[in-house]
Amino acid sequence: MAPQRIVSTWRVLPSRVLTFCLVELRRIQHDRTELYTRAIQPILWLLIYGETFTRIHVIPTGNRPYIDFLAPGIMAQSALFIAIFYGIQIIWERDAGMLTKLLVTPTPRVALITGKAFAAGVRGLSQVIVILVLSAILRVGLDWNPLHLIAAALVVVISAGFFACLSMVLAGIVMSRDRLMGIGQAITMPLFFASSALYPISLMPGWARAITVVNPLTYEVEALRGLLIGAPTNLALDIGVLLISLIAGIIVAASLLGRLGRG
Amino acid sequence: MVSRQAEVPAAVEESSVQAVSVRDLRIQFESVRAVDGISFEVHPGEVFGLLGPNGAGKTTTIRVLTTLLPPQSGGAHVFELDVRRNAMAIRQIIGYVPQQLSIDGTLTGWENIWLFARLFDVPGRERKGRIAEVLEIVGLQDAADRLARTYSGGMVRRLELAQALVNRPRLLILDEPTIGLDPVARSSIWDRVEALRRQYGMTVLVTTHYMDEADELCHRLAVMHHGHIVAMGTPAELKDSVGPQATLDDVFRHYAGGDLRDEGAESLRQVRSVRRTAGRVG
Repeated sequence: MAPQRIVSTWRVLPSRVLTFCLVELRRIQHDRTELYTRAIQPILWLLIYGETFTRIHVIPTGNRPYIDFLAPGIMAQSALFIAIFYGIQIIWERDAGMLTKLLVTPTPRVALITGKAFAAGVRGLSQVIVILVLSAILRVGLDWNPLHLIAAALVVVISAGFFACLSMVLAGIVMSRDRLMGIGQAITMPLFFASSALYPISLMPGWARAITVVNPLTYEVEALRGLLIGAPTNLALDIGVLLISLIAGIIVAASLLGRLGRG
Repeated sequence: MVSRQAEVPAAVEESSVQAVSVRDLRIQFESVRAVDGISFEVHPGEVFGLLGPNGAGKTTTIRVLTTLLPPQSGGAHVFELDVRRNAMAIRQIIGYVPQQLSIDGTLTGWENIWLFARLFDVPGRERKGRIAEVLEIVGLQDAADRLARTYSGGMVRRLELAQALVNRPRLLILDEPTIGLDPVARSSIWDRVEALRRQYGMTVLVTTHYMDEADELCHRLAVMHHGHIVAMGTPAELKDSVGPQATLDDVFRHYAGGDLRDEGAESLRQVRSVRRTAGRVG
C-alpha cells in the first residue's frame, strides 16, 4: 500500500467508524423487538441454568455464587451470537447492490470493514446492556464501578468486532447467506463450550484446554470476569490478544472485500 | 415528443478538460474480453449515453470509471484524475446510481441520504441543509421519515438519485437508471436529472436499453457491442448514418442487432437480481 493511501485511510477512519456506529444505533431504534427477542436466550441461561447450578454447587467457583461467575460468560456469549452472523448483512448488502455503492464513496476498504466491525460491537453492546439490567434484577454480585463498566463495554465492542470480522471473512469465502448461516451455527457452539464461559478452564480435559488457549472468546470472558466480578486475570494479556485478533480480522476481511464487491 | 435536450454551452464544450477520457481500455475476465480497446471522451456538461445489448461491456466500463475495477491496459481519467492513482479523489466528485435498486430498507429515506452525506464528508454544518435540498430535488420530503422498505420502485430510484447527489457531484453516473420502472416513474427520473444538469452544469454518463430515452436525452451516444464501440455520435448523426428516416432502434439493430447469443443468460441474471432487491426492499 502506498504511503499516501495509508495516510488517507487513517484520516477518514474515525469518521467512518462513527458513521457506521450511528447507523447501527438507528437500526436498533427502528427494530427494538429484536433487542427483546434476543434477550430471551440469556434470560434462560441466567435464570434456569444459572440459578440451578448455583443451588447444586457442582461447579467449583471458589466462594462466589455460580451465577456471578456465569453472568460475564453469558454477556460474551450473547455478543458472540450476534457478531458471528454479521457477515450475513454484508452478503445481503452485496446482493442488493448496496456494497458497490458504499465502495464508490471515498471510504477505503479497511475503513469500511472497521466501521462494520465497530457497528457489530455497538449491536453486541446493546445486548450486553440488557443482560446487565437483568443481572441487577437477579441481584448478581457484579462490580458496578463505572470505570470497570466502561472498560467492560470496550472489551465487548472489541471482541464483537473481531467475531464480526471472522464472519465477514467467512462471507468473503462462501459468498452465500445460507452457507454462512450454516457455518455460523456450526462454529458458535464449539467456540462457546471450548471457552471459560460456563466453567473454569481447570475443569476441562487437556485437549479442550488447548482449544481455550487459542479461542478469543476465552480472553473476552476472562477480561469481563476480571472487570465485573474481580476474578484474577491478566487484563493486559486478555485485551492485547483481543486487540491483535481484531486488527488481524480487519486486515483479512478487508482483503477479501474485493471478492464480494465484484459480484 | 418534445425534446428535453438543452444545448451544451459552447464555452464549456471547447474547454480542454474532459469530464471522462477513456483511452484504449481493455478488461478481460478469464477468456471473455468484456471491454476490448475502447476510447471515448465525455465533454463537461453533456449527457453521454452508452448503449448496447446486455453483455456489451457497458457496466464493466462504468466499474472502471467508478474506480471499482482497475484497467488491465489502457487508461481512464475523470476530470483529469487517473482511475488507478486518484481513486479517492474521483470518488469524491462522482455520484453513482447502480443498476439494482439498492437502498437500505431498515433505515428511513432521510437516514439513507444521511449515511451517504457522512461517507462523502459533507461538513456537519451543511449536512442537514444538503439533505433537505436533495430530498426536495427528488420530491421525497413527505416520505423522508418513513422506512425505505415501504417505498415504491420509483421512490427508491429517486432516493438513490438523492444519495448520489448529496456530494454535489461533477459527474453523475447512472447505470440503467430506469430499468423496471413504469413510464411515469421513468419520465419523472429523467425530468429531475435534466433539471439538475441545467442548474448545476453537471455531466451525466448514462447506460440505457431504452432507445426513446437515449434519443430524447443524450447529446452524444456510443453504441457498444462485444466490448467494442461500434458507433459514436449525436443521435441525429447516428440515425443519418443508417439511412433516411431511421430511428435509434434501427441504429441499435444495425450495429448490435441480430445477435442474441448472450441475451438468455444475462436477462435471467437480471430478473434474479431485480427479484432479490424486491424481496429486500419490500
